[in-house]
Amino acid sequence: MRNLSPEILPLGHDGLLVRFATTAFPQATAAVQNLTRRAEAADLPGVCEVVPALASVLFRFDPGVVARATVAAALRTLIGQEDWSAVALPQAARRWLVPAAFGHEHGPALAEAAALAGVSEAEAVRQITGTALRVLAIGFAPGQPYLGFLPENWDLPRQRVLTPQAPAGAILLAVRQLVLFVHASPTGWRQVAQTAFRPFQPAAAQPVLLRSGDELRLVATPGHEVAALMRDGAMLGGARCEVLA
Amino acid sequence: MNARLDVLKTGPGVSVQDLGRPGMAAAGLSRGGAADRLALLEAAALLGLPEPVAGLEMAALGGDFTVTATTRVALSGAPMRAHLDGAPLLWGAAHRVQPGQILSLGAAVAGSYGYLTPAGGIRTPEILGSRAAHLAAGIGAPVRAGDSLPIGADPAAQATPTALSVPDRFGGGTLRFLAGPQTALFGRGTLARFQVTAFRRGPVGNRQGVRLDHDGAGFAAGGSADLVSDLIVAGDIQMTGAGVPYVLLAECQTIGGYPRIGTVLPCELPIVAQAQPGAVLRFRLIGLDEADRLTLPDAATLQALRARVRPLRRDPAGIGDLLGYQLISGVTRGDDLEGG
Repeated sequence: MRNLSPEILPLGHDGLLVRFATTAFPQATAAVQNLTRRAEAADLPGVCEVVPALASVLFRFDPGVVARATVAAALRTLIGQEDWSAVALPQAARRWLVPAAFGHEHGPALAEAAALAGVSEAEAVRQITGTALRVLAIGFAPGQPYLGFLPENWDLPRQRVLTPQAPAGAILLAVRQLVLFVHASPTGWRQVAQTAFRPFQPAAAQPVLLRSGDELRLVATPGHEVAALMRDGAMLGGARCEVLA
Repeated sequence: MNARLDVLKTGPGVSVQDLGRPGMAAAGLSRGGAADRLALLEAAALLGLPEPVAGLEMAALGGDFTVTATTRVALSGAPMRAHLDGAPLLWGAAHRVQPGQILSLGAAVAGSYGYLTPAGGIRTPEILGSRAAHLAAGIGAPVRAGDSLPIGADPAAQATPTALSVPDRFGGGTLRFLAGPQTALFGRGTLARFQVTAFRRGPVGNRQGVRLDHDGAGFAAGGSADLVSDLIVAGDIQMTGAGVPYVLLAECQTIGGYPRIGTVLPCELPIVAQAQPGAVLRFRLIGLDEADRLTLPDAATLQALRARVRPLRRDPAGIGDLLGYQLISGVTRGDDLEGG
């Protein structure tokens, strides 16, 4: 375990960022999710928004209600209550099982990614679907999950040249993480699979399906079945959610 | 039947905007809302409203509009050529429009985003607590010719038209910014050079952010190859791998991997949003104490604007000439009209 030393840093005129690390690794994300739970339970006065990312948590406050120094002092107290060198991810509250078609037109960069990870394509699919992924953070686009962490052989750099467009529902891979695109977007990550999962629907009763800390497993599924789910257009795209004790 | 604002013709960059959806960054959704929030506060002040309501944001080009019930409308933000049944209208003012009259808003004569706000607000359905289109997130759609938008009743349709002079924020300027969590990655020399460089608002820009061009070397951060993606706020000055700055605006992403040299104060983001391609922008680093003094809550800004609103004097004999002069000079200011 690493000896994490969280810093408290201003971000904008109404934000304080607690940063555990400047690179991504499991213990930093565990610390983020632990601090987020503590902060939400503490309900800090004047703090209007708590936003977890992969290795940091943003606390936005209302400067008309509370001074920055007061929020910083409350955060120092909160941080002092935990031994961050021993922290582990909290148990997942929910597990998502998401059908995904790997390789070929559904994952044009699977072969290249597998070669870089030193495994066959079949073994690549086995390793990715065999990992109990966790939602590390929701962000970039609404509802969009950063998922991780894959085994260490998947610490692949981002591509130097952007792929012009990866579709909504695409699974992209880099730096031991996966992202599931909510919208089509250019990307420097490698597309290895395609899902019909649409984790953000602004008009739905629950517009954002996933939460930080959820467990998510990709389930290898034939391409024609995922294509049918995509045509069907349902928000879940064939995914199932299990509530864990 | 409820009143409506009918869109006869419009430019390509028109959308319904209010102050957006704060507090949803944990869901990956940036606040969005008006690119120039101050313009919606000005509209509320002109209309005597207790708080801002949803209006139309118009990028570079307005459109032709009619209403089905008499209502006042505020014209704020980037000044556009405005006419009511062919007679010129002052920008930075609230005017009464009656059914059958055609309100015609042309090209912006300075700045990027003009706003048309009916006194009862645009009353399209709220999505996640706001009516603002957030096109980057797939919420809402651009307003198009043929649209008929529900509007609220004007609480004081017979009130005297009003005007408000505002400082010119439509031609670039100096932006005060705060250091942020990644500022130290840039080193003192780069940070100093950043503050003496004259940037030009580049041709690439939208509600998510604007690219800045400059002559000379880029402003790349050191040691950022394996930097973890981190949280973004509107106003952040993000550097691409080649060291090209983008100032992020209302519809920015919430997490990103590029390092940021700092954050522009919210009270100066309207200058960024309104800068047209080629406008010169400079940056000056300030401390937290100065930022705290400069940053007012919306309610305080609105109160200060209200104190500067005055009745719009009608002078049919001279109004056409005055407006013609003002449009040629490039910036429309209500106090100039009053001076005539």
